[in-house]
Amino acid sequence: MPALVIAAHGSHLNPGSHDPAFAHADTIRAAGAFDEVREAFWKEEPSFREVLRTVESEEVYVVPLFVSEGYFTEQVIPRELRLEGWDVAEWDSDGTDADHVTLTADDVEKTVHYCGPVGTHESMTDVIVQRAETVTGDPDVGEGFGIAVVGHGTDRNENSAKAIEYHAERVRETERFDEVQALFMDEEPEVDDVAEYFEAEDVVVVPLFVADGYHTQEDIPEDMGLTDDYREGYDVPTEVDDTRIWYAGAVGTEALLADVLLERAADAGADVGNALDLVRQRTGGTAAAGD
Amino acid sequence: MNDTQLSALREAAADGVSCDGLRVERIGEEYTFATPEATHEGLDEESFDALAQENPWLVSNWHFWAGASETRRAYCRWIERADELGVRERYEALVEGLSREWGELLVTAGLGEDGERVYELRHVDDADTEPDALALHDDPLDAREIATADEDGRYRPLKTAPTLRRGWRFAGLDARDLVRTVEFFYPATVTNWFREREGDLDVTHFRETADRQTGIYQVVDELDEDGVENLAAACCVDSQCCKRREWDEDEETKLDVPRGDGAFPCREPCSLVIAAARQWAILENEESRTYEFELTPSEKNQIEDILGAVADGRTDEIREADVGDGANRYRARYLRAKRTDEDGNFENVVERQ
Repeated sequence: MPALVIAAHGSHLNPGSHDPAFAHADTIRAAGAFDEVREAFWKEEPSFREVLRTVESEEVYVVPLFVSEGYFTEQVIPRELRLEGWDVAEWDSDGTDADHVTLTADDVEKTVHYCGPVGTHESMTDVIVQRAETVTGDPDVGEGFGIAVVGHGTDRNENSAKAIEYHAERVRETERFDEVQALFMDEEPEVDDVAEYFEAEDVVVVPLFVADGYHTQEDIPEDMGLTDDYREGYDVPTEVDDTRIWYAGAVGTEALLADVLLERAADAGADVGNALDLVRQRTGGTAAAGD
Repeated sequence: MNDTQLSALREAAADGVSCDGLRVERIGEEYTFATPEATHEGLDEESFDALAQENPWLVSNWHFWAGASETRRAYCRWIERADELGVRERYEALVEGLSREWGELLVTAGLGEDGERVYELRHVDDADTEPDALALHDDPLDAREIATADEDGRYRPLKTAPTLRRGWRFAGLDARDLVRTVEFFYPATVTNWFREREGDLDVTHFRETADRQTGIYQVVDELDEDGVENLAAACCVDSQCCKRREWDEDEETKLDVPRGDGAFPCREPCSLVIAAARQWAILENEESRTYEFELTPSEKNQIEDILGAVADGRTDEIREADVGDGANRYRARYLRAKRTDEDGNFENVVERQ
């Protein structure tokens, strides 16, 4: 039976950085779609460099637990996994539609189905919406509400913003929320001025980040004016400039993300059986749009 | 031995079995059953079964190893010293338990039902602790949580740092879960140990690792030979990591820093070492300068004491009132009050390029 490897960033400084990878891996293990499920990290162990030798299977599905296509998914992970003949052109992506490619890892001679990152999969839109439901406690949240999908944004990699805009557009197409905006930390339009971009009195803010850490727990709450000092915490919702801000924290911690990891593997040909249903039951998700 | 094991042996006999002194064959309807003591040939099934019943340890021992993957088999056989002890000696010893140290882990093999092995795992420093005094675990995944923080609750970014906390044990593990648990504590160590045993360890030396870095880590390849030596001395010694360093500057240029005594090898600089190397590659781009400022001989010694205490992680051990130790907090505060300004910088320093 093939193995699933979840490739995440991890951290040398922050122990919480690996929590989403562990949590989603556990959900998928419990669903039984793969004999082996292993987390791998850039900054922790097992490293990308060694993870393939820690699984017994000869066939491995690797799904990057990253938000966007770019440096990590196109350079670092394929290089560290020693994917023979990797060529980013084979992904034929414009920044949000990388799918999968099957190659051999040359140190272990295993077949590796290297998948696109979770962040750009269409099902991620459902996770963003589910996050809004979770944070408001309302499974029907939408009417009377605005929603902001927040990304880091950077001048160095245009794909970073593309993933945010892609999901914002998909949420908009559902016509579930009154208003939808893509906002950023480091480029316009900025999350600091969140209230200015919405007419609605209630706005859910969902950062498209994998783990809760410095940006999602310190920067963004302070920038939006939810709190002067992140250590003092903030309420959900908090009223800022007459707008109630429902701050959701990193989308990557949403249990339903396990579903996106599985979908990535299934898209690459993995036989996941009824695991998708099991995972959705466990994580409170509904069938993906279009299913 | 149980019926399942016996019928599995009968089935395997057609292909021939050879394991720890047990040898079994079947040609046509005739069996051969050989033990270290005697060889019986031309047996019918009934006589074959009778001999198996007389040698239950040999049969169950074969059955146990027959189901394991190559790596797991080698590792578990190493734990119970299968290369040194015969089956009978091993079974007797396994009743008490046979142990090996693996970094800071103590792995103990014991005998379960019908020759199955059961494994226990605990911190080596808890070797003599009563089992009831240790928190009991049976899920390999729990190892991830135990390994996350040290005794003082500080995050351990390096899994093989010798700072694993104590007070827990895993009991009743089968061989597969044993290896999984060990690999959650120390990822890839069993597999790299096995590769090394097979003469198949793929070592990536520092230069090769540095050359493949991109982005902010590209600068790492600027670290010179002395820098790499100091890097290994700072990070890759027994006091800092349980792995045994097998990488060098490059294939031809060995480092002088001792490799360490770890049971399992380190096959290339890890991400922590690369992150540190980046810092030092940047620092090493600075030219040395000459600074002139006044210290008494004791104060100069004190600075050396502080450097040693911080580098060896000894600051927590210095007693509050031990002002005889140069790295004592009050001594350091006195030096700072006397010799530095309000920003903590040395006063009246003359600097020459």
